[in-house]
Order: sequence, then C-alpha cells, then structure tokens
Amino acid sequence: MTAVIEARDIALAFGETPALRGASLSVEAGEVLAIMGPSGSGKSTLLHCLAGILVPDAGEVLFNGRRLDTMNEARRSALRRDEFGFVFQFGQLVPELTAEENVALPLLLNGVRRSAALAEARPWFARLGLDGMERRRSGELSGGQAQRVALARGLVARPKVLFADEPTGALDSLTGEQVMELMVGSAREQGTTVILVTHEARVAAYADREAVVRDGQARVLSVGSVAP
Amino acid sequence: MSVPLTLLGLLEREPSHGYDLKRDYDAFFGRGKPLPYGQVYSTLGRLARDGKVVAGEAEPGDGPERKRYVITETGATEFETWLQEPVAPEPNLQSVLFTKVVLALMLGRDAELYLDTQRAAHLRRMRELTELRRGGALVDSLLADHGLFHLDADLRWIDLTVARLDVLAAEVRG
Repeated sequence: MTAVIEARDIALAFGETPALRGASLSVEAGEVLAIMGPSGSGKSTLLHCLAGILVPDAGEVLFNGRRLDTMNEARRSALRRDEFGFVFQFGQLVPELTAEENVALPLLLNGVRRSAALAEARPWFARLGLDGMERRRSGELSGGQAQRVALARGLVARPKVLFADEPTGALDSLTGEQVMELMVGSAREQGTTVILVTHEARVAAYADREAVVRDGQARVLSVGSVAP
Repeated sequence: MSVPLTLLGLLEREPSHGYDLKRDYDAFFGRGKPLPYGQVYSTLGRLARDGKVVAGEAEPGDGPERKRYVITETGATEFETWLQEPVAPEPNLQSVLFTKVVLALMLGRDAELYLDTQRAAHLRRMRELTELRRGGALVDSLLADHGLFHLDADLRWIDLTVARLDVLAAEVRG
C-alpha cells in the first residue's frame, strides 16, 4: 500500500498557543481514517494541515510523496481544487445556488462547462436518495438532505482524498448513519481516500483505522479491517 | 471481577497481610460489597498452593492469622499478562476495566497505554457490529445497535478517564 497523505512530526501554534506538537500519521490510498480526540486537542487543525488549508510551523506534510507544506498558496489552492474534496459539519452549501448547482460547483470551478457539470451532478441525487431535490435551495432542505448534497459536492469531482470535519456532528443518530453509509460506500466505490474528524465513536467505527489526537500529538490505533 | 488477580495486583505493590489486602480491596474495589475474610484467606491459600504467592512465618498479634504474603515471579508474570490484555468488549466489563486502571495507576504503570489498547479493542468490535448491521436484517441491526451504544458508553468513559488520569493517579497513590 502507498501513503497518499503523510504528516511527519508537524507542529503549529496559534500565537502563543500550541495546537499541534509533533503529530505524525500516514494514510494509505483508499483507506478510511478517523481522527478522534477531546475538544481542543488539535484534531481539526491536523485535518486542515493535511488538506493544505493550514501550513505547519515545523515538520512536513506530503501528498503522494510531494511536499505540500512548502507549496505556495496558489499551488495548494489548485491542489485542493483538483485533488481534494471537503465536507464540513454544517454542509456549508451556497444558499443562492440550487442543490444541483451546489453539487456541480467543484466541476464548474475546475472549468467544466455548466451543462456538462450539471449532467455529472444529477446522478448523485438518485444515488444519495435525493430524487426531486435538484432544484431546491439549501433553506428548503433538511439537515440530513443538505449534508447529503454537501457529500455529493465533496465527491463529484472524484477527488483522491475526501476530508470530512465532523460530517455528522449536526445530525441525529439515524441521519448521521445514513450519511456515513453513503460517504464510505461512495468513497470506496470510486477509490477515494477518506480522512474524517469526529468525536463520535459510532462514526469512527466506519473507518479502517483511528488516530487519536491528545495535546497536539497523534497516536494511530489500528482498528483492523473486517472481511467483507 | 477476578479476586485472585486483584489480590496479586495489591501484592505486586508490596508484601501485605491478609488484613491489609482486605482493607485495600474493600476501599478501592468493594463498592459496598466487602470481601469476606474467609474468601481472602482461601484465595491466598490457593495462590500459595499454585506458587503465585508465598506466606511468611506467622507473626504474633491479634486475630486468626498474621502472615505476610509476598508475590512470586509466577504470580507477578500472571498479573502482568492479565493487566496488559484488553478485556473482551462486552457490556458489564466496567468493573474489570476500572480495576485494571486503578491498579495500573497504583503501581505507576502506563494506564494511558492500557486504555488506548482497550479503546482499539472496543473500536474493532464496534466496526464488526457496524458491518453486521450493514448487511443484516432489521433484528440483527437492532441487536448490533444495542451493542454499539453500550460500547460507545464505555468509550466515553475511557476518554474521560484518560483526561483525568493525572488527578486519579494522585488520588490513588495518596
């Protein structure tokens, strides 16, 4: 197996406050990794460093063997757009756009023509149980529906890595499980690696492995895989 | 909960009289169910028979017996093996988990490492149950959910305990 994302001894402080203090982990292609830890432990900061949103003060972050932390903002931004997908706790859909336009957004930002981007986006609605929701705006969707739209948006461009920060944090148990089933199922189908931050063990149980972050340091616990 | 292994753990700390063992057992693990003297001495007798402890000479004093017990290499090895093994993740293991954490803290062992090992065992089981629920009938899903919620509660306790280890260690070591 090949490491698609790797952090080597990364440290990052916000002013005088250290958020990460020598965190290391390696994520293999096609793997689902859950990052857990108490509030304020640095787990979201770690995710943001792995995704090139934040740059660590020390240490290295590699994507497919290439140093991500030494790239300038423009290159990191291009990498995030071309190779990564994102799902956040509250969906963060663009309220002015319809659901299908939201799903198509990463493709539109990558220069795909509108008709082609929408054609690519539409099959996701049936796949995620959202038939008939294509023209709705975010205010007309339930929390679970909005999060499934956000999930489709995160996966539509077939990213190498999907980063998910508390993707079920705002959902009830049943809806959260539906979102996780769809996220892990869809990611595995298209070979997308998933790195998700969660404080819920029931969500982490969908992952192949778990990394626990305490006091800014990551300790990876092997969860082991279950035969399909 | 295993009384013999708990007594071995207390003896690993320091050689003790049966009375001291009962007092510490009741204080830390009894929780309203004190260990009868008879059980303390019969357990120590079995441990001595199996070569896990040795009893010193009877000492003068009040009470039925005043012998100091010392753990042997065999007893220490058995205790160490037990302490390091994660408990099978099933409901009602909390008292065993709790005992292991308190003994690890008392003896200055790496309680966090133990809890992390237990955490991984729990999450592995949760993953198995998640898989079971995915492919199973509704009844299987309900059963799996029942197990998942119990394991989730254990994990919350493990996380909270990890966060409080320093305070707990200070309290347990007096």
